Parts: sequence; C-alpha cells; structure tokens
Amino acid sequence: MNAGDTAVRVTGAARAGGARSWLRTDAGQGWLTLSPPLLYAILLLVGPILVIIANSFWTQDYLTIDHTFTLKNYREALTEPIYRDLLARSLFVAVLVSLVTVILAYPVAWFVSFHGGKYKGIWLFVITVPFWSGYLLRILSWKVILGTNGVLNTALQYFSIITEPVQSLLYNTNAVIITLAHSWAAFALLPLFVSLEKVDRTLLEAAADLGDNALRRFVRITLPLTMPGIIAALMIVMIPTVGDYVTPKLVGGKDGVMIANAIQAQFGKAANWPLGAALAVSTMVVVGAVSGLMVLLLLGLKRLVR
Amino acid sequence: MTGRSIGRGILTGYVALYVAILYFPVLLLPVFSFNNSATPKFPLTGLTFKWYEGLAGNSAMHSAAWNSLLVGVCASLFSTVLGICAARAITRHKFAGKGAASGLIMAPLILPEIIIAISLLVVLLSIGMELSLLTVILGHLLICVPYSVTVLVSGFEGFDPSMEEASRDLGETVWGTLRRVTLPMLMPSIVSSMLVTFTISLDEFILAFFLTGTEPTLPVYIWGQLRFAAKLPNVLALGSILIALSLVMLTVAELVRRRAEARTATT
Amino acid sequence: MAGMIEIEGVEKHYGGFRALGPVGASIAEGEFFSLLGPSGCGKTTLLRLIGGFDEPTRGTIAIGGAPMAGRPANLRPTNMVFQSYAIFPHLNVTENVAYGLKRLRLGGEEERRRVDEALVQVELAGLGSRMGNQLSGGQRQRVALARALVMRPKVLLLDEPLSALDKKLREQMQVELRHLQRQIGITFVLVTHDQYEALGMSDRIAVMFGGRIAQIATPKEIYQNPASREVADFLGGMNFLTARDIAANGSGFSADLPGIGGISGRLPAGSDPAAAGAAPVIGIRPERLRIVWEGETADRIIEGTVADRHYFGEVTNLVVDIEGQDAAVSVVETNDFGADDIPVGSSIRLTCDPDAFVFMPG
Repeated sequence: MNAGDTAVRVTGAARAGGARSWLRTDAGQGWLTLSPPLLYAILLLVGPILVIIANSFWTQDYLTIDHTFTLKNYREALTEPIYRDLLARSLFVAVLVSLVTVILAYPVAWFVSFHGGKYKGIWLFVITVPFWSGYLLRILSWKVILGTNGVLNTALQYFSIITEPVQSLLYNTNAVIITLAHSWAAFALLPLFVSLEKVDRTLLEAAADLGDNALRRFVRITLPLTMPGIIAALMIVMIPTVGDYVTPKLVGGKDGVMIANAIQAQFGKAANWPLGAALAVSTMVVVGAVSGLMVLLLLGLKRLVR
Repeated sequence: MTGRSIGRGILTGYVALYVAILYFPVLLLPVFSFNNSATPKFPLTGLTFKWYEGLAGNSAMHSAAWNSLLVGVCASLFSTVLGICAARAITRHKFAGKGAASGLIMAPLILPEIIIAISLLVVLLSIGMELSLLTVILGHLLICVPYSVTVLVSGFEGFDPSMEEASRDLGETVWGTLRRVTLPMLMPSIVSSMLVTFTISLDEFILAFFLTGTEPTLPVYIWGQLRFAAKLPNVLALGSILIALSLVMLTVAELVRRRAEARTATT
Repeated sequence: MAGMIEIEGVEKHYGGFRALGPVGASIAEGEFFSLLGPSGCGKTTLLRLIGGFDEPTRGTIAIGGAPMAGRPANLRPTNMVFQSYAIFPHLNVTENVAYGLKRLRLGGEEERRRVDEALVQVELAGLGSRMGNQLSGGQRQRVALARALVMRPKVLLLDEPLSALDKKLREQMQVELRHLQRQIGITFVLVTHDQYEALGMSDRIAVMFGGRIAQIATPKEIYQNPASREVADFLGGMNFLTARDIAANGSGFSADLPGIGGISGRLPAGSDPAAAGAAPVIGIRPERLRIVWEGETADRIIEGTVADRHYFGEVTNLVVDIEGQDAAVSVVETNDFGADDIPVGSSIRLTCDPDAFVFMPG
C-alpha cells in the first residue's frame, strides 16, 4: 500500500466519522436529546401556524380553497367595522385584565416572598391551585355570582345596600374583565414571585443604610429589579387572554363579545377558514405590537426612577 | 401600634381577602351542588345528594369520563417522556441555539389556545385525519409539555450531574445509568409531572372542543349540557367532583415534590 | 519501561477555545501523582480526560499500555472520587459501595466480602445501612473512596477530594489517603489547588498554568528549584531579586546582587541566563534568609531596614528593605519565647547560604 492511498483512506474515514463524532460532542448530544420534543413542537405548532398564515392569503369558495394569493381577507378583517371593533375591544380587555391582575397580584407576591418564611411553598401552592381546576366551572360560577338573582345581588339586598337587583353586573365587558382577571390571577403571581425572590435582600438593607425609607426603597430598588417579572406577568396574562372565547360567550352577553368569538365562528358554523385565519393572524400581530409597546413603556418608566 | 405593624396588618388583610376571592367562585358551585333547589341561588333550600345520584345512571357522562381518562393518561405519559428529553437537554448540555429551541417548546404556555386549536384543526383536517380522541391527545400534548419541562427541569437541577458520571465510572452503561440512577433520582418529578399534566388535560376545554370528534371529553360534555337549564344542578355536581379530583391530584403532586426536595436538601 | 499512564500531546478544545494542552506526562505504576494549579488551569479537564468523561481533541492517553481513545468511562480501568463525592442518596452505604460490583455478577457472598473489606479499609465498618443523605462530609468522602476502591482499579482519580472538608479533617485525611495509597499500591492521580496538600502527599507533582504543564518533579525539587517564576510564586513565598551580572557555569550559575553581593545557585533545566536580558531575576525563599542577631557574626551580612511585620503565632513575617534592591524581601522569623521583637523602622542584619538562590526564567 502506498502513502497516497493511505491518505485518501484517512480523509474518507474522517468524513464518514464526522457526523458520528459530532453526535458524540456535547452539542450533538444536546440536540439529539432535545429533538423529540423539538420535532413535536415544529410539526404540531410551527407547521400548523405557518399553514394558518398561508390560509389567510387564500380564499374559500364553499368547500374548496382557492390558493391564489390575495389580501382580501386582511382587507375584510381590518376594515369591516364589526371586526375592527371586536379587535379593539379585545385588546382593551386584554390590556386592562393584565394590568389589573398584575397590580392586584404584586402585593400578594411581595407578601409571600418577603413574609412567607418557611411557608412560601405552601402559600404558592394555595394560590395557584384554583388556576388548575374547573376552568368552565369557574366561569359559570361568576355567572351565578353576577346574575340578576345572583349571589352578589342577593347579598347586597340582604344587607339592604340596594333595594332592586343591579342589572348591569352580568353580560357586559365588566363581567368579562372580572372573570378573566380571576382566571389568570395565579399565572401573573408566579413570575412576580420569582423576580421578587431574586432581589438580593442586602441591597434593601444597603438602601436603608443610605437613608431610604420603605417607600423609597420599594420605588428605587424593588420595583426596578422586579421589572422583568412585571413584564413577564403582563405578557403571560395579556397574550392568552385575547384568545379566550368561552368567558365572553358565557358572561359577556352581546356587548362582551371578543375577537376570539369571531375567529371561532369562522372555524365553526360560518366555515370561512381564510377569513378566520386572517383574523387570527391580525390579532397575533396586533397583540405582539401592543406587547412590544408596553415593554418599551415600562422600560422607559424604569429609567425614570433612579 | 407602630406604623410598620399597621402596614403589615393591612397587607395581611389584603392577602387574606385576595385568597378568599380566589377561592370563592371555585367553592361556591360545590355548595349549590348539594342544594335541593334546581337553580343556583341563595337562600339554600336544603341538603340533597340527588344531583350526584342523577350522575350515576348517565351513560353519556360515563363515556365522556372514560374519554377524559384515556386522553389524560396518554397526554400525561407522553408529555412527561418528551419533558424528560427537553429538561435533560436544557440542564445537562450546552449548545448554541438551545435558548431558541427550548423557547419554541415552551411557546404553547403563552400562545392563545384558540390559535393553537385552529392551526391544529386546519392541518389535521387537511391531511385527512378524522377528529377523534387521538387528535385531542395530540393537542393536549402540545400544551402539557411546557408544564412537564418546568417540573422536570427543577428535578434535574435538584441532583448533581456527577451522580451519573459516578455511575458510568463504576462500569455502568448509558441505559443502566438511566435505570439505576437517573430515573430513581427523577421519580418524584416524574410523578409530579404526570399528575399536573393529567389535571391540565382533564380540565382543558378549548383544544378539546375544536379537536374532538364524536367522543366528547368531560369539559366538552359539560359545555353541551350548559344549554339545558334543567341539567345545571347535575353539571354542578359533576364539576364539583372534577374540582375535588384536581385538588387531590395537585396536592399529591405537591407532596411528592416536597419530599423529593427535602431529600436533596440534606444532600 | 512505559508508565501506568502515558499522556502524549493531549489537547482539549471547547469551540474555538483551547482549555488544555498540549500536555504530556508519564505516570508510573504505584505512584501518587498530583495535578496542582489555580482554578481554570486545566487540571480537572486533564483528570476527566484520563477518566474518560471527555475525549481529547488531539493526542493520546494510554493506561496500562492500552490506548484509551474512544473508550468511555465505564470501560476504563480507572475509578474516580468526585469533588462532590456524588454519593447516591437513594441508596445506603452498602448499596453505594456495591453499585459497580452489581454489574460484575460476583455472587452475593463474594460481593458482600468485597464491600465489607472496602468499608473496613476506609474505617466505615458498621455504617453499611446508613442512607447516602444521612452522612457527614468526612463519611461521604470515605464512601466515595470505598466505592471506587472496591472496583480494584489500576488507577484511582481524585478530583479535589478534600476541598469540602474543614481544615482539621482535611489534614487528617491527607495522612490517611497517603497511607492508604502506600498500602494498596495502585496509582493515584490527585487534582488539587492546595500546594501543601500536593507537597505533603505526592511522589511527583505536575504544576499547571493556563492549560499547560509548567513543571513535573518531586515536591522537594519543585519547591527548591522551581522551573519558572509562576511555579515559584504558586508554591510558597519567593523573594524576587534583580541581579547585575549573571554567568552560567554548567548546571549552575554565579551572579552579583546589589546589596547582597556575589552568589551562586542551580539553573533550572533548559534555562539560559543569557536570554534573561539586562535585569535577570534571582529567587530566594523567605525561610532561607536568617537574622544575624547582635553579637553574632556571619560570612555574608546583608544590611536592611524593617518596613513592616506580621505576626502569625509560630512565626513572624518581616518585610525588609535592602539597599540597592527595588522590591522589599520577606523574611520568616521563628518566634522563640523571650526573643526580642524587632520594631518597624529599625535596621536589621540578614545572612544566607551562598547557594540558597535559584535563577528564575520568565
């Protein structure tokens, strides 16, 4: 065997072994291990979402889909007053719900983190449990609470605060906001708690040592340091909230309908997939843009506090 | 009383009120499920178990329960398996693109469920798949995996990677190490992940509503019953059972997790 | 004769970063060999390459004459004591120690005999049923040792095994480990950042900096004739002095130090004083400078002034300015009861042996 022959063989072997030896590196092993869940997410999440985006540029003629590119659905989704109003109201509700949830949850997260002691875990468990159980039942429950002959009206009448039942509690946007804020309370609490836990307590002691009182310590130290948690909590509530159609349907009445109800209708009885897809994509893009704006706003506010 | 302790008092009161309001709607309906009246309102008219007894002979409800059980078991099992893969890659390996890839896996956590539901619906129907419990399982897997990953990542972080190296060093193979060290160490997290994801699947409505065929899961069945006012008390009874079941499973999951934490804490 | 471990041209790259190498070493059978260096010097990387937890990017490692390339940890004749000990918390002490034996299918009798023997060896007899998470730090270390030794490896690898223990226990374990190694006679490779641990336990030490081995030698050789300034500085204190002239003669050198006079010493292998430029550096250990008390005489007198003093109980460390030298030198004075303290600012006379100096390349 001559020397040139050996050289050729060596490079050939090296090339064949390339993929196999890459799989033995840490990165190779990592990708290999991650691939089953990753492939699942790509096949059943990314793929379908791309299909929905594609659908939004097509048209439907009864049961057949016309694959010619068109912006017609977007024109309809964004210019029809009904869809425009629904989208605007959904955004309003989602932003309000996320703000309300985060503002109401922050003191609770603060209490658990700073005064929870060894019961922190139990507190978190107790607060998050309602989130996991009886999604439909919880919405139904608010219907029972807010109804004309509901628990709230009965109680108010019993204590003679009102004489006639208040009619405006149920079947409107307020009812939707209350119900959604209740549904997502625990979800907002977790990121807030995590970010509060990360606040180094000695920083607060240092601020006190340098003359800050409790309020100033909160505004100058705790609040800026927990800003990532606040942003995460806002997003984690706002984005999924836009997509809830069960709550508006059960407690929203005619006034409380949201964009998700319209999307659901296009994939249900109205059966216009491309229009539904365009509505869905528009919603996601708008929600994304609003989230981005909120993040920028909050980061700007954070810079103001020094 | 100092200003400080007044402040603490107000805060404690607020937290108590918050938790009360959190639980009030969850616990209200079970109260009505034991009430004699057919409409859920105060004052209560008398204790009865008849709404629960009414469930006993309801075969449609029974098959829905069976469907939910099947979907829940499959979803929790497979999501835990996929979760183990993801959590292991995230905690034990370093590679470029890990953040983006794991972000993708975790995305269903914050995506609106209706978006996931319609996307899956369109694709599954276009490739000619019949809607069935299988399609519900596929959808539930997507939203369960992020929870499994969260639980299992803390499970992996709770034990020293050199345990696995020690096992290899003592002559054990990759699979032997998985069986004799990794799985026993992870067992509490695995149990916890399965219980939590089962609860999520049991409770999930939106995906199930879109992706189910002729066999409803329990929430889809409940949704169907909501149209009939007369069926409401039975629905409340069924819902109460589900809430109780969820509470039990979540409590067990939490206890398992805590025991495991106590064990690694002394290590 | 080839050593038990032969390391040749070994490098380890992470991405584009070279964490180790190239390094080479030959470790003899029955030798207690230490890898000593600061954190990030590559010592643990090298140990993990020997153990088979990582593969070298370049170079070869052979153990007992057999090349190890492509052989994972479970197929190597080495066993490891991990820094964290990695005691399985879900198994008791006996099950931990028997973990590796289970695969060998020795049979219950033989397995039990070997586990008991190992537990006696590390003085843990009677604790077999204790769970892994109910042990103290010292006990965990002993279990880790027993678990590795019961496999009867050709080489035992120890990754900073004493760093988690408190000082008293650490010193006790140093003696015990050394004793154990002599008794069973297998090769030990120890990774440590503690110079005293390395000096006190090893037959030979490899001192590592920045992924390279700076010197491999016996503890005495390394301490007395460090191969470089870095090595000298890492192991104990060293005074660095500037010489005026330096001339090599064979394996030694002679030089003239301002304020001290003509001295001589040994040259580290391969070093060339001619390459040191205009200001060659000469080192002397602080304990080799002695105080010349009033009424005493010495062949060589170095005049200086006490700039500072630090009391350490058994010794006092004096910082002395010497006329003609830029840097102050430190002098170790043994504290005899009744001896006078030398106050800061007073003049002092020092002496040393003429051959106490070592040339410091680089």
